[in-house]
Amino acid sequence: MMDMLQQLIQGFFGPAWPVVWNLLKIIAVVAPLLLGVAYLTYFERKVIAYMHVRIGPNRVGPLGLIQPIADGLKLLLKEIIVPSGSDRWVYLIAPGLAIAPALAAWAVVPFADGLGVANIDASLLYIMAIASVGVYGIILAGWASNSKYAFLGAMRSAAQMVSYEISMGFALVTVLMVSNSLNLTEIVRAQDQGIFAGMGLSILSWNWLPLLPMFIVYLVSGVAETNRAPFDVVEGESEIVAGHMVEYSGMAFALFFLAEYANMILIAALTSLLFLGGWLSPVGFLPDGFFWLAAKMSFVLFLFLWFRATFPRYRFDQIMRLGWKVFIPVSLVWFTVVGVWMMSPLNIWK
Amino acid sequence: MEFKTYVFYFLSAVLVYAALRVITARNPVHAALHLVLSFFSAGGIWALLQAEFLAISIVLVYVGAVMVLFLFVVMMLDINMDRIREGFWNYLPLGAMVGLLMVLEMGAIIGTQYLGASEAQVPQTPAGVSNVKELGRLLFTEYVYPFELASVILLVALVAAIVLTHRGVKKSKYTDPAKQVFVKAADRIRVLQMPAEKQD
Repeated sequence: MMDMLQQLIQGFFGPAWPVVWNLLKIIAVVAPLLLGVAYLTYFERKVIAYMHVRIGPNRVGPLGLIQPIADGLKLLLKEIIVPSGSDRWVYLIAPGLAIAPALAAWAVVPFADGLGVANIDASLLYIMAIASVGVYGIILAGWASNSKYAFLGAMRSAAQMVSYEISMGFALVTVLMVSNSLNLTEIVRAQDQGIFAGMGLSILSWNWLPLLPMFIVYLVSGVAETNRAPFDVVEGESEIVAGHMVEYSGMAFALFFLAEYANMILIAALTSLLFLGGWLSPVGFLPDGFFWLAAKMSFVLFLFLWFRATFPRYRFDQIMRLGWKVFIPVSLVWFTVVGVWMMSPLNIWK
Repeated sequence: MEFKTYVFYFLSAVLVYAALRVITARNPVHAALHLVLSFFSAGGIWALLQAEFLAISIVLVYVGAVMVLFLFVVMMLDINMDRIREGFWNYLPLGAMVGLLMVLEMGAIIGTQYLGASEAQVPQTPAGVSNVKELGRLLFTEYVYPFELASVILLVALVAAIVLTHRGVKKSKYTDPAKQVFVKAADRIRVLQMPAEKQD
């Protein structure tokens, strides 16, 4: 039945079928992602509310479940204001430059064994490259707004994102070293091997345990890269109102918001794939599958929100100190340790 | 014509346009942005030539790091374009000569390849061979000395840049963050019990 349907559709589109098929795959990833972004905002407000002993959004729909949709509609209907004296073109392109890399990186993320838009060999490199482009949206928004607050936010974010990319890169290099591959699917498969995986406890064979310092460096750098609290000096509202977004309104503002949350989900997905075993089940007797990845991503996202409700904002010089004087030396040392470990007879990644 | 050819012409057209705008744009930030676009298109062309590692590296290194810092500096400078334009006619002969030399060099390379087109084909990578793996293997076996030498030179440049800009130890007041972290509430405040005073 499905085969007949597929043949019928293929016959209808003819040679354009590969294009149509890829478009369908992209839609199948991006649509749930955007819905996930919408409900991540709801999740965030609820989680933080309960941590503050409040109730959170509870007016629109049962339990406030329609709140994100209402917010989205409101932003969609608002006017986009372009400040006078701003660089009009750059001002309007900047939100697009923020959201495009956040979505483009999903092209190589595998959701289960062999399930993803594209499975390319250099997928980890691709993600690093695309993620490093994300800073342009913020810098250009800050510059083009022609406002001091926005400009200060842009300067801060440029310095912060470039600093934390380095330690993040070292964490990724260590992971690819022990997995012997740049392919995300292969990296997950490599975590299914080891002494503990053979005993049916694959949770102890995942990269988080042997690479624990790198796992922490990656997670914290991920929080810093997405400009989330406690690293949100970029939009520190007590000093510079909303940083690079201060002049934006309506849908242009919403795009920055979408980009931030899509990046959070991306970091959660990457952390789950690289360190938490992706779609692998933690114990031998349960089947692997996408729901494990979803559960791990939700857990990492919960950590993001938990950090926000718990920690006060870092001072800017402390952020720079943590990035350059703590994380880079720690990751360099652990990188060397893992290299020596792999060459010694005690190597556990064979 | 293959689909690939269309993609190539599209990327090249964008590259040429962006490169032209880099030198003609009046606003230095716009020029830097067009440089980003031209790097991106160059990366696309390299990806088309199956040099995926180079393509991703140019985006990662040049677009993601070098140009961000470049933009960072350009945005903060207050560049007066009229003063830069003043010396245009004086520098023109020198600039034209350099440009002509570059065109000749490129012509020499591309021309010889074009004349002997049959042997100058881009080698096709066989399926199942990872570009990145092969490059890494070559760099650390056959070219290990030049590679290590290059990294040492880069390190020297890094140290040199720091030495050149270092202005001695800061004389300003400085608090050690490690000490700050270990401060307890009892170190900073003293809670006193005071009986309520009577108002007369």
